[in-house]
Amino acid sequence: MVRNLLIAALVVAVVGTGYWGYREHQEKNAILIHAENNYQRAFHDLAYQIDLLHDKLGATLAMNSHASLSPALAEVWKIASEAHSDVGQLPLSLLPFNKTQEFLSKIGEFSYRTAVRDLEKEPLTKEEYKTLEALYKSAGAIRQELRNVQHLVLENNLRWMDVELALATNDEKGDNIIIDGLKAVEKNVDTFSSSSEFGPSFIGLANEEKGFVRAKGRPISKDEAKRIAREFLGLKGTEKIKVTDSGNGADERFYSLTIHDPKTKGDIYMDVTKNGGYPIWALNSRPIGKPKISLHEAANRGMAFLRRHQFTGFELYDSTQYDNVAVLTFVKSENGVRIYPEAIQMKVALDNGHVVGFTARDYLSSSIPRPLPKPTLTVEAVKKKVNPHLKVMEERQAVIMNDLQKPVLCYEFLGTLGDETYQLFINAATGLEEKVEKLESVEPNYR
Amino acid sequence: MARKWVLFIALAVWTYIYPSGHAFAFSPQVIQRGAVGDDVIELQARLQYLGFYNGKIDGVFGWRTYWALRNFQYEYGLPVDGLAGSETKRKLVNASKYYEQFVKEQIRQGNDFTHYGGIPLSQQVKKRGGGGGRTVKTTASNVPKGFSQNDIRLMANAVYGEARGEPYIGQVAVAAVILNRLEHPSFPDTVAGVIFQPGAFTAVADGQIWLTPNETAKKAVLDAINGWDPTGGAIYYFNPATATSAWIWSRPQIKRIGNHIFCK
Repeated sequence: MVRNLLIAALVVAVVGTGYWGYREHQEKNAILIHAENNYQRAFHDLAYQIDLLHDKLGATLAMNSHASLSPALAEVWKIASEAHSDVGQLPLSLLPFNKTQEFLSKIGEFSYRTAVRDLEKEPLTKEEYKTLEALYKSAGAIRQELRNVQHLVLENNLRWMDVELALATNDEKGDNIIIDGLKAVEKNVDTFSSSSEFGPSFIGLANEEKGFVRAKGRPISKDEAKRIAREFLGLKGTEKIKVTDSGNGADERFYSLTIHDPKTKGDIYMDVTKNGGYPIWALNSRPIGKPKISLHEAANRGMAFLRRHQFTGFELYDSTQYDNVAVLTFVKSENGVRIYPEAIQMKVALDNGHVVGFTARDYLSSSIPRPLPKPTLTVEAVKKKVNPHLKVMEERQAVIMNDLQKPVLCYEFLGTLGDETYQLFINAATGLEEKVEKLESVEPNYR
Repeated sequence: MARKWVLFIALAVWTYIYPSGHAFAFSPQVIQRGAVGDDVIELQARLQYLGFYNGKIDGVFGWRTYWALRNFQYEYGLPVDGLAGSETKRKLVNASKYYEQFVKEQIRQGNDFTHYGGIPLSQQVKKRGGGGGRTVKTTASNVPKGFSQNDIRLMANAVYGEARGEPYIGQVAVAAVILNRLEHPSFPDTVAGVIFQPGAFTAVADGQIWLTPNETAKKAVLDAINGWDPTGGAIYYFNPATATSAWIWSRPQIKRIGNHIFCK
């Protein structure tokens, strides 16, 4: 009797476990399929978008009327952006698929730039047509390769999950069709981008790092870097400082310093350029207590710090309080002209008013030629171009980087429209509205 | 006539319940744009009392408060500088009332309210509830341009998941890499796009991103957004002890921070 009961119980347990295992397996599969489908959608969508991109680029080549060219270029821009987003959803971050992504990004930028331009007044130049032709050719090649990969994927029921696995385990057997196919695509784009077919209109577009043009001088030693840090950070001299060299991938040689003060909790970190020993940035990680001084006082102390370290001619542009620290932005100002690219950010602790952060990366890498140009238009003439609904509250001259990454002298207007505050930059030579931004720095807390 | 009296009495009672507090409640600090806290609440409430400020009394000195203050300074013959210094505060206190308890009470309860002069306070409250017992002083926050508090939280999640064992600077560095990717043509151009790019971050792949981030991670993200980039423009990083990909070793290395090597 007992035996039978035991057997019955065991049978129930085995069947139950089996059923449970089966359910688990089913659920796991459902999730895997779900993930796989997401990848598949992104990939097939990408193939389709590239197809479309190629066709549309071809159509723009044949167009002659400006009225149809602008919308067509706008469409190219949209398609390129969707394709770009598709690539971002594929598990390729460890596969060199960057060039394709970059290519799409550049097409987007090129087509946007030309689409928004008044092609009636400023038709496409010869170079731009050449660029378009080259883009068309490249897109064609990518399309061919992608369609090929797509065919193989469909034919052989290939799964992206396997690609992910192969990438993760670094499986170098080399028989993964998807990876090989995409590598071929990448190679195709590579030959294109390296031949700089985007033409002269595209130079300066790629976010090229100019390096620290301001950091001139003879190379300093590690000990000199320590001395500079001590002076700059106002150290007592009892701290332990570790200095390391930058790696080979750095645009510009610099020293990284880690300063450990046994008395305070938290280290200070700092980078100093090797040439000339300019502080690039510094950050103090000590815990900060309850605020005792005001934001205004912090801003004054920040300014005093700059003056003490020979950063002259700066004015406070923005100040923000985050709990117990003030984040300050100073910009260079020359004869009332604000030079926005030459900015220095600082953090001041509100418990004791000491500077706990500094970064002059923008300032050190800015290469705005001096003397600054004089405005050719008067402020009155430019003001007429401002949207009449905008109530101008402040005006001044300013240098900003425009869309083409060129420095331009502008008239800056701060004004309100309804409840919002806007910042406008109008080119002081051409009257072009270079930049309009809504200023908003306060967000209600969500509950 | 009788109704007028009732109204008057009601007003008197309200004024009694919510007395205007001390003659001088402002602290001696000079208040400027970007500040947060009690002084800003009082400043906004007083400016609203006089009809200069129509925004929310949220305790954050934003642009609307700034223009309201400047208009006040202009109307009252003060130097128009947008700074609430001692002279400006003195004139403001003399010209307006501040029902501190009323304002603080509404903020604590999370109600929508205004603080205009000449209207009974009871008519200036819209109960919303749900915020009972909150200890938060302000009902809004400063955010860096182009980022929401939720974006910051999402990035803090990623930083915490990826680098919670790293020194502070290593956490700022991871946040900086996310931001550098946003700008880079080879990567998606939204915070979520970069973080959730399949295979981009191990913490996303193994779910550690959903751990609750600590204050340090949030601070690191804020520092990175505000312009500190310890990596010198890196868009990749890896842990040399655990990296399996040969490809990642081929990237030009910029520097090492903590356990991570940052590269181009």
